Amino acid sequence: VTVDAVAALLIVLPAAAAVTAFAAGGRSGAPLAIAVSVAQLGLVAALAASVLAHGAQVVQVGGWGAPLGIDLRVDGLGVLLLAAVAVVGAGVTAYAAAYFDAPGSRSAGRAFWPLWLLQLTAFDATFLSGDLFNLYVTLELLTLSAVGMIGLAGEVRALAAAVRYLVVTLAGSLLYLLGVALTYGAYGTVDWGAVAALSQPDAIGRSALALMTVGLIVKTALFPMHFWLPPAHAEAPAPVSAVLSGLVLKASLFILLRVWFFAFPAVTSLRGGQLLAGLGAAAVLWGSIQAVRQHRAKRIIAYSTVAQIGYLFLVFALAEGDAPTLAWRGTLYLAASHACAKAAAFLAVGTLARQVGTDEIAQWRGIAREAPVSVFALGLAGVTLSGLPPSGGFVAKWLLLQSAASDGQWGLALVPLVGGLLAAVYVLRVVEVTLSRPAAEEVRCEPAPAVMRWVPLALALAAIAFGVVTTEPLQLLDIGSPFAGLQEPAW
Amino acid sequence: VTDPRLFAVCGVVLFGMGLYEVVVAGHLVRRLIALNLMSAGVFLVLVTLGSSSGGPTPGVSSGGPTPGVSSGGPTPGSPGDPVPHAMVLTGLVVSISATALGLTLVRRLHAETGHAQLPDVPTDMP
Repeated sequence: VTVDAVAALLIVLPAAAAVTAFAAGGRSGAPLAIAVSVAQLGLVAALAASVLAHGAQVVQVGGWGAPLGIDLRVDGLGVLLLAAVAVVGAGVTAYAAAYFDAPGSRSAGRAFWPLWLLQLTAFDATFLSGDLFNLYVTLELLTLSAVGMIGLAGEVRALAAAVRYLVVTLAGSLLYLLGVALTYGAYGTVDWGAVAALSQPDAIGRSALALMTVGLIVKTALFPMHFWLPPAHAEAPAPVSAVLSGLVLKASLFILLRVWFFAFPAVTSLRGGQLLAGLGAAAVLWGSIQAVRQHRAKRIIAYSTVAQIGYLFLVFALAEGDAPTLAWRGTLYLAASHACAKAAAFLAVGTLARQVGTDEIAQWRGIAREAPVSVFALGLAGVTLSGLPPSGGFVAKWLLLQSAASDGQWGLALVPLVGGLLAAVYVLRVVEVTLSRPAAEEVRCEPAPAVMRWVPLALALAAIAFGVVTTEPLQLLDIGSPFAGLQEPAW
Repeated sequence: VTDPRLFAVCGVVLFGMGLYEVVVAGHLVRRLIALNLMSAGVFLVLVTLGSSSGGPTPGVSSGGPTPGVSSGGPTPGSPGDPVPHAMVLTGLVVSISATALGLTLVRRLHAETGHAQLPDVPTDMP
């Protein structure tokens, strides 16, 4: 099978399944999503093998090349995030099949499956797209399906969170689109490979870059534009929270990386990068401190996301320094391992909240004895979130630290250390409650289906495995990397 | 002939007015209308920049097959360039879908709470 066919199938398959699940309705959604998730794992593995063997590739869809057609681009950055989507997506699909099977969740479940399949389509299309306007369309597909999924619970708080998310992220998308319009007006193309050759640090190039950057940091919830994230991520059903925190934010970050390092490398400036990195450092501190102060488990994990997003912005300053490759690797390593760990944490918390009936951690005293697997999964996810060895989070933060240190940026080098310490505090606070002696003799803890207990653990283990198996992911990341100086990009 | 850049500036002004209203408005329907104003502004910029002779170097000249140029057809930046029109049409579809979804959610919120405003200002308090 050629790369062309694999890339096309990755987009067409979930899209067709989404339409089928919507049209057929009833109970057809879960089996379709399971089939798509399995196929996706295979297709992404094939794509990764092909990229590792032959390097970055351009797929001319339907044989129409740019500028007339819209190209897909397959490189290490895209394939790594596709792999994260495939792994986390398979976990979420299995978990959701059990989660929405409970009485009382079935009607939400019927609406969930078509939206979830659409979301998978949007992820695959985003990470393969080679065109700035196409990225806008996939981003909107992602946003609109996410809005529907946040509102699934149907309560006032969930509806309000969904509306707020819709308004804020649509404004962000339109800022991005205005940047795309200026780009087309100035350069006559929106293919980011072609834009890179034409863009210059003049007024129009700077305006386009600034508009896109602001729009995308709103969508990525970078401090201080994070205000919409905690309600949206905490009110959604558990599988949806896992996807929103683990994957959706990575899609807008991915577009920002494409814009900043692939389309407009001639326009970016050290000062702009330092501003983004400064906001990232502030996000790490602010998000972590707020996470420590929360008393609902889902809000703790949501604020942890605000913090972890901050690390991913350090690269914008470090890329201008002496060791950009280390920063690039560290950032993407963190993006992928955080996707697994954060999904594991939200799913484990979702299982515990379902068992106890609330996610107020004051009510969680002593439940570790009743639900050891979920608590262990949460703790293991915490190992990656705080960046302890041997997790993927440790490798990522080590790379970022090395990059900052070799660049002499000691302020930025401190950020992963302080953030890691605070992450250990907020995770241990939850775990400690579950281990403490219960107030009453009887602990209220309903049994949970096996899938809902073991899937979080599997995802937490995947995040740990990222710290053990490092050769292939790092090799993959250098393919098509803007900093792999010796390897000239193929386009 | 009017300078097409005038329309582009109008588009940016519309966009700014919409953005201001999205931030300050309380009523959710007003905010949705303001979002549509922003879209209209972007579309105006796209169409006018597409039809001005504007860009310094069309992207197609950077190499690769250039069917439009070689056949003497419309080039990017020329009045007949269809690409911005296609983008605007795509953008309209997205905008209409998003507005419909937003209005549905606002109606649900109105039915549940009796008003069409976000219930609280989100704060970082626990």
